[in-house]
Amino acid sequence: MKRLEVKQLDISYGKKQIVFDVDFSLEESQIGCLLGPSGCGKTTALRAIAGFEKPTKGEIVLNGQKLNGSKTFVEPEKRHIGMVFQDIALFPHLSVVDNLQFGIRSWPRPQRDKRSGELLELVSMSQFEKTFPHELSGGQQQRIALARAIAPKPSLLLMDEPFSSLDVELREQLAREVRLILKQEKMSAILVTHDQDEAFAMGDYICVMHQGRVQQTDTAYNLYHNPANRFVGEFIGEGALLPGVIADTDTITTDLGEITGHLMESFKHGDTVDVLIRPENVIVAGANDNQAVITARYFRGSGYLYTLKTSGGAELLCLIPGSGGLQIDQSIGVRLQIDLPVVFKRPSPGTF
Amino acid sequence: MALILSVPILTIVSSVFEPTGDNWQHLKDTVLSEYIGNSLLLICGVGSCALLIGVSTAWLTAMCRFPGKNLFVWLLLLPMAMPAYIVAYTYTGMFDFAGPVQTAIRDWTGWGYRDYYFPQIRSMSGAIAMLSLVLYPYVYLLARSTFLEQSVGVMEVSRTLDCGPWTVFYRVALPLARPAIAAGLSLVLMETLADYGTVSYFGLGVFTTGIFRTWFGLGDYTAASKMAAVLLLFVFALIILERVSRNKAQYHNSSGKLTRFSEYRLQGFKAWGAFATCSIPLFLGFLLPAAQLFLWALETWSDMVDERFLELIRNSFLLGFGAAVISVLLALFLGYGKRILPGKTTIVSIRTASIGYAVPGTVIAVGVIIPFAWLDGRIDSFMQSSIGISSGLILSGTIVAVMFAYVVRFLAVSLQAVESGLGKIKPSMEVAARSLGCRPLETLFKIHIPLMKSSTLTALMIVFVDVMKELPATMILRPFDFNTLAVRAFELASDERLADSSTAALTIIFVGLAPVIYLSKIISQSRLEQGNI
Repeated sequence: MKRLEVKQLDISYGKKQIVFDVDFSLEESQIGCLLGPSGCGKTTALRAIAGFEKPTKGEIVLNGQKLNGSKTFVEPEKRHIGMVFQDIALFPHLSVVDNLQFGIRSWPRPQRDKRSGELLELVSMSQFEKTFPHELSGGQQQRIALARAIAPKPSLLLMDEPFSSLDVELREQLAREVRLILKQEKMSAILVTHDQDEAFAMGDYICVMHQGRVQQTDTAYNLYHNPANRFVGEFIGEGALLPGVIADTDTITTDLGEITGHLMESFKHGDTVDVLIRPENVIVAGANDNQAVITARYFRGSGYLYTLKTSGGAELLCLIPGSGGLQIDQSIGVRLQIDLPVVFKRPSPGTF
Repeated sequence: MALILSVPILTIVSSVFEPTGDNWQHLKDTVLSEYIGNSLLLICGVGSCALLIGVSTAWLTAMCRFPGKNLFVWLLLLPMAMPAYIVAYTYTGMFDFAGPVQTAIRDWTGWGYRDYYFPQIRSMSGAIAMLSLVLYPYVYLLARSTFLEQSVGVMEVSRTLDCGPWTVFYRVALPLARPAIAAGLSLVLMETLADYGTVSYFGLGVFTTGIFRTWFGLGDYTAASKMAAVLLLFVFALIILERVSRNKAQYHNSSGKLTRFSEYRLQGFKAWGAFATCSIPLFLGFLLPAAQLFLWALETWSDMVDERFLELIRNSFLLGFGAAVISVLLALFLGYGKRILPGKTTIVSIRTASIGYAVPGTVIAVGVIIPFAWLDGRIDSFMQSSIGISSGLILSGTIVAVMFAYVVRFLAVSLQAVESGLGKIKPSMEVAARSLGCRPLETLFKIHIPLMKSSTLTALMIVFVDVMKELPATMILRPFDFNTLAVRAFELASDERLADSSTAALTIIFVGLAPVIYLSKIISQSRLEQGNI
């Protein structure tokens, strides 16, 4: 049995529909991510799972129990779902330990104390038991908020942009830490975020949403290397789209020569297409190869990321390790190295 | 619930449609235009004086550094504790022909009556001065907090663009603060229109005094409520002004990050100028009248403090406490209701219920007494026909009516405090509590009420003090032979027994100081916390 199933979920605010036909499921102790730009409906979907929004259509099934329907609606406090919020939402009038015990206040005293002690240790904050939330740093507060949410051993943990109020450096570190804690507690969880690095660090699988619809549900690797559509291709990772024309069943002609490789979709000869080029696909070659002009460069630690302009006017990104001897306006020869080209049909002009 | 509270206002509004009597025609022909003219003159005068004092002191204490600045920040609020009518008769006592000041001038110069010019206190300009002196803190409070909240970035950018302090003030800070200043101003004007004590003591013909005269002098209730309706028209205009400016204020708010603005350091004569600008309103609006009252009270208190005085205190406290508790409970109920059931109906009913604060006490009193008398008549005739006993007046002329009027008038105050307290509780806090297994009511008790302790306390105190000071509604609605401190002080002063009234007046001021000081503490604390973040 799956831990959570969301089937054909529609959600509207008044007349405005926010979520369309969303479908996904979560296995026991799996961490799923809803990833998308702001306003894509991911938070609304999360709130529906928690019971703070009523879906207009579709089903939410937790541990085989249906949570919503025309007659039944399980109230949020009865769902046994924990939540962690962007604004942390610790109760400012309660100490750390009282915050932790808030959800388990009906447990007998000894169990309660044991559980909160365990959790404080788990998030490595045992010495802060008697502290009040405002005395903690942002990262510490979020750790306590996480511990508070998992204290009652909920069947499912929902996290709404939990790291976005923290500093950038802290974010990834905490994301990895939280993943370990959740795995240790065998907790099933859903993370909502707009930050793909966070999603990659946390999720067993990721569900990319855009304009209220699920675009692709897959592992991080597949989202990067095999995006299902143009939106996912552009949203995930860095890269650029290079225009081309289909020359053969496995060949595309572009400004930078021919690209060959097995195409996932079938195209007709002469179709205009865009090929997704990641920075690592572009290789600097000799003067005999196709030429491109450097228009900008950015330092990236291990190397430089260059923006190139092809003879046809298309822009590409190219990552070159080393000290960056290339200058702006310099012309260089480049070659493409692609095993499995990702190709999208170009929308005909005038249609969007 | 909210509907019941809007009954008085609806009564007044509906009186417009009742047939007009001779008295109304007579009033319209004779005094109505005088009332309108005087009221307009009064609000223009008070408005401009309060603006001048409020904005200048707000700017100085928010942006500049000069001797005594930190004290002025909260001392400038003290005049709020002064009821205008008490200041009015204190000044009359001091500066009247027979008062100590003029007597001293005559003794010193040997002049006689009419040999010299001395401004007449009991006049329109006197009333304007009195009301401005005690009402300017509304403008000061709101203007100062916007000056402080304005994005430091904007101010600093204008300084790097070669703007001197005056240019920054006129071209940047003032335009940005305009909505808040307008909101403060509209509060001042509402209070001005609602004032009865001062204008009546000075014998000025404005709406509130006119309603009184028509009510008690002519005994024409319809005409009185019609006059109240005209006054309401002014008030509604002010409410709209306030709402519009508040809505704008929301968008004008600045970046969340608060860094300290490097204050303008004033030196030499500029510093003394700033010191004088801040100390004059404080001196005239609080220190001088309070000192005079204190001197009077020293002479007379032993005669005044007796059984009856203790009864006055008991009555005032009883009414104040009762009204405060009822209106805060109601406010909690309405505020939380709005939060968990946000709908048009809830919002509209809360709006209607909270108009009361803008409506003068006189108008509310008239609006309360008419439906209550009607209801009493109904109950009485029902009792007589069914069991043959006359129930008499159960509601009108009793404490119930007084209390009801207070709740109608001051609910908005407590509602505002409660709502701002609720507003500080992030919605995610509720969601968190509920996802941890709390039912809505449990959430209210476990999360909201503990977190709102201080704003609830504020609401209780403000309503309590407002009730202590309240004059016109109490005078119209009080039961026979029932007196409060405010009414007694006003009666004694009207009988020219100024010194005798001082003990009661000082008690009111003393009680009124508590919330003002408490509020200023809260304000300076919240600044500190913000500074720490």
